[in-house]
Order: sequence, then C-alpha cells, then structure tokens
Amino acid sequence: MNPFKLAWIYLRIGVMNELQYRVNFFIQLLQTSVALATGLIGLSLVFGQVDKLAGWTRAELLAVMGVHILMGGVIRSAIQPNMERLMNDVLNGTLDFALTKPADAQTLVSVREFRFWQLTDVLVGLVVIGVAVNQLQTGMDALQVLAFIAALIMGAVMLYCVWLMVTSIAFWVIRVSEIVNLFEGLYAAGRWPVSVYPDWLRTGLTFLVPVAFAVTVPAEAMTNRLTGETMLFAFGLTLLFAILARAVWLIGLRSYSGASA
Amino acid sequence: MRRYIDYYLASMRISILQQFQYRVANYFYMIGMIAEPVIYLVVWSTIANQQGGVVGGYTPGAFAAYYIVWTLVRNMNIVFTPYGWEERIREGSLSMDLMRPIHPIHFDIAFFAGWKVVVIVLWLPLAAFLTWVFKPTFDVTWMEAVVFFIAIWGAYLIRTMLLSLLGMITFWTTRVSAIFELYFGLELILSGRLVPMTLMPQWVQNLSTYLPFKWTFFFPIEALVGGMSTQDLWAGVGMQILWIVVGASILSVVWRAAIRQFSAVGG
Repeated sequence: MNPFKLAWIYLRIGVMNELQYRVNFFIQLLQTSVALATGLIGLSLVFGQVDKLAGWTRAELLAVMGVHILMGGVIRSAIQPNMERLMNDVLNGTLDFALTKPADAQTLVSVREFRFWQLTDVLVGLVVIGVAVNQLQTGMDALQVLAFIAALIMGAVMLYCVWLMVTSIAFWVIRVSEIVNLFEGLYAAGRWPVSVYPDWLRTGLTFLVPVAFAVTVPAEAMTNRLTGETMLFAFGLTLLFAILARAVWLIGLRSYSGASA
Repeated sequence: MRRYIDYYLASMRISILQQFQYRVANYFYMIGMIAEPVIYLVVWSTIANQQGGVVGGYTPGAFAAYYIVWTLVRNMNIVFTPYGWEERIREGSLSMDLMRPIHPIHFDIAFFAGWKVVVIVLWLPLAAFLTWVFKPTFDVTWMEAVVFFIAIWGAYLIRTMLLSLLGMITFWTTRVSAIFELYFGLELILSGRLVPMTLMPQWVQNLSTYLPFKWTFFFPIEALVGGMSTQDLWAGVGMQILWIVVGASILSVVWRAAIRQFSAVGG
C-alpha cells in the first residue's frame, strides 16, 4: 500500500477519534496558554536586563519562540504519540501485530497515532509568529516564506528520524520511556537560538538532536539570517538522518523478539 | 512506630534495588532534566557577561553554582506525581493499596526516598561534569552544608504533600491535566526554578515568601550557594517544617473526604 495513503487513512481515524472529545480542545488551549505565559515571562525577565541577547532582539526571539511552540505541536501531535506506542509495543511484545501487517513496518509504526487537539500548539505558534513578524516590521517576501516552510519541513523530518533512532534503542534495552523526558529536555533548548550556547552544546543541538535545524533555522529564515549554504546543508543532513534512521530501525528490528503478545 | 520504620526501610531497599537495575533509563531521565538548568545557566551567563559580569548580584560563576545545585534540588523535588494518582484511580490499583493497614502515602514517601539514593549516586558524575564545564564559584561553610542537607529533605516532603494534594483532585474529576499544568507553571515562576528569586520583580519576591514553592527550590539552593545568615538559614528550615505540617494536615482532611468519593472499577 502506498505509504502516503496509509498515513492519510490513519490520520483520518485519529482525527475522528479525537473529535469525539471536544472539551479537550479547551483543556489543550489552557495548557498551551500556560506554556506561552511562562515563555513570555521568561522573555520579559531577560529583556528587563538587556536589549539584545547574543545579537537577537526581543521581536526576533519572539519569532524563535513561535517556531518552538509550533514545532512542539507537530512533535506532540504526530511524532511522539507514535514513538511512545512503539516503545510500549516493544516492551509488551505487541509489536507483532504491526509486523504481521502487509505494509512497511517503519511506515506503519510512524503513522498509527495522531493527536488532533495538540495542533492547538501549531495554531498558537502561528499566532506568535504572526505577532513577531508584525513587530519585526521587515516583513517577509515570497522567497522567505518558502524558505521558512521548507526549513520547517526538513526540521520536522530530522526530529522524526532522531526520535525513531532513539526509540529503536528499546529493541536492546527494553525500558526507554524516560527517553521522552530526555527529548523534551533537549527540545526545550530550542526556545533560544542555538548561537547562545557554548560550542560543544551547539554541536550537540545541531547533529545529535537537530533542534538547531528544527527551530533556529526556520527562525533565521524569518529574520534575514538564513544563507543558501545553510539550506543546502540542512537538506543534506535531512537525507543523512533519514538513511541512518532507516538503518538503525532495520538493525534494531532484528533484535526484536515478541515475548507473549 | 517500630512498624513504620521497618516498613520505610523495606520499601526504600526495594526501590533502591529496583532503580539500580534501570540505570540507563534513569540516566536518560537525568540528562533530559539537566538540559533545563543548562539552558537557563547559559542564557543568564550570557546576560551577565553582556552587562559587564554581574546581573542581579550574580556573576556567571554564581549562576553556575546556583544551577548546578539546582540539578540536585530538582532531583529531590521529584515525588509521586498527580498524574500517578490519576492512573491509580483510573485503573483501580488504589483498591489494593486501601486493603493495606497503612496509608498509601507512606509507600510513596519511602519508595521515592529510596530512589533518591540511586539518583544522588548517579548525579555525582553529572555534577562533576557540569562543574568542570561551567566553573562555579562555591564558598560553603559547614553550617550551610548542614542546613542544605536538611533542607533538601524538607523540600522533598513539602513537595510530596503539595503534589499528593493536587493528586487528590482526581478523586472528583478526571480532567485534571490543565489544572496540573497551571500549577506547574506557577511553581516554575514562584519557586526559583526559572531564575533565582532575587531576579524577579519585588512584588513577586514578596508573594513567594508566603507561598510554599520557594521553600522547595530557592531556599535549599540559596542555603548552600548564597551567603545567608545563620538565623535566616534556620528560619528557613522552620518555614519548611511549617509547610510540611500545614500540607500534611490539609492532606489528611482532604484524604478522608476523597476516599469516600472513590469507587473502584476492577483493580
């Protein structure tokens, strides 16, 4: 079956499931608002002291925050739920049910879950980005918008690949639910542009957990910082991550033994 | 009394043995956790450097000391979560706990206290690494060290009371995550977890003195890294004891009402 068609079917099922619980939208909105409020308080504390942080103005950092919230919504709606389910399946031996289906197993485990209401974060992220663009007063031309969208997509793909690789560790060490915490912690670093961090950490946030490409690079596209080389580099790295993730997944799968499903 | 001590020691030993088996998982958890203070530390050190080396009385070295001690205090602050209470009630496992002739909170306190032993052992290399990278400035007197040791356990007990109370809400309603997140948001701002309280506006600082959050986070850290007077150190411990007593009292009242609400579905 065509992987896109498969993803589309699961997406529809996920959305239909979630639409039964409409109050969850307001709960999600409240949660997002709390996160947004604490983020804004953090920003205002910083800019109560300085006008620029490592060369970024307040409006520019607001743009970074918007992208961070948006990408966080993408992770929590589409990537994380699937990976958490995969972890549990490996732990409980229920991955058998996915493996015996006549579709590519990697595709299948990556599209089975979709949390529709988490898209609230994507919405709020877009609003914050809109406010930031308005405050920047430089506007965005069509090319910038395109670069921004391309950077976002590549960033999301890279994050997915890293999630899949890290989740595949479950094939060897079984209990990996704490990885969610590890990932959330590292992703939180994306709240600030990676240029703030010392070299060793920036390297880690670029190549190990590509928060730099998922958040900072799209924000750079909005603030006239992005170069063509960075985009090319991002493209190459996305390909590399995709190949690596596939390889790690396939090798890991060999160690899988369904216990008692 | 003897019975309780035996129960605590046995539960702690079980959790120590159990958690040492999951070293890798525990390390993932801890590395994810130290990302947060490292972010704050880097941002505020950058600001301090931009401001000529000091912001709000903190040098980069002082920030490093604050946020490195932060990592231990944060670990001590990890207790049975309200989400855990939600699960206990939703899945009915609470029924089993209620059969025992001892309040379930004793198990939570003992189990997580045992886990702390594992956490502290695993934390030491991380602390050494952070110290090597960020070069904190420490000036610790033995009195501060003693109060700090007491204060981290005080913080542990206060937070156990607060989060258990929050968990009690799940006896009445199951849509609790928004309330929890609101609580965690307030705690982040008012406890000193985000920034040292002295960097907050004055009115926030005043407010935080009358709330429990600061005594679980800012106080233990400052006890070790700040230059508090002997009197302030012990007064802080007094405030912690006060909040533990207040928390435990409210919890026991609420627990009695809550347990009447409970009806198990399986278990």
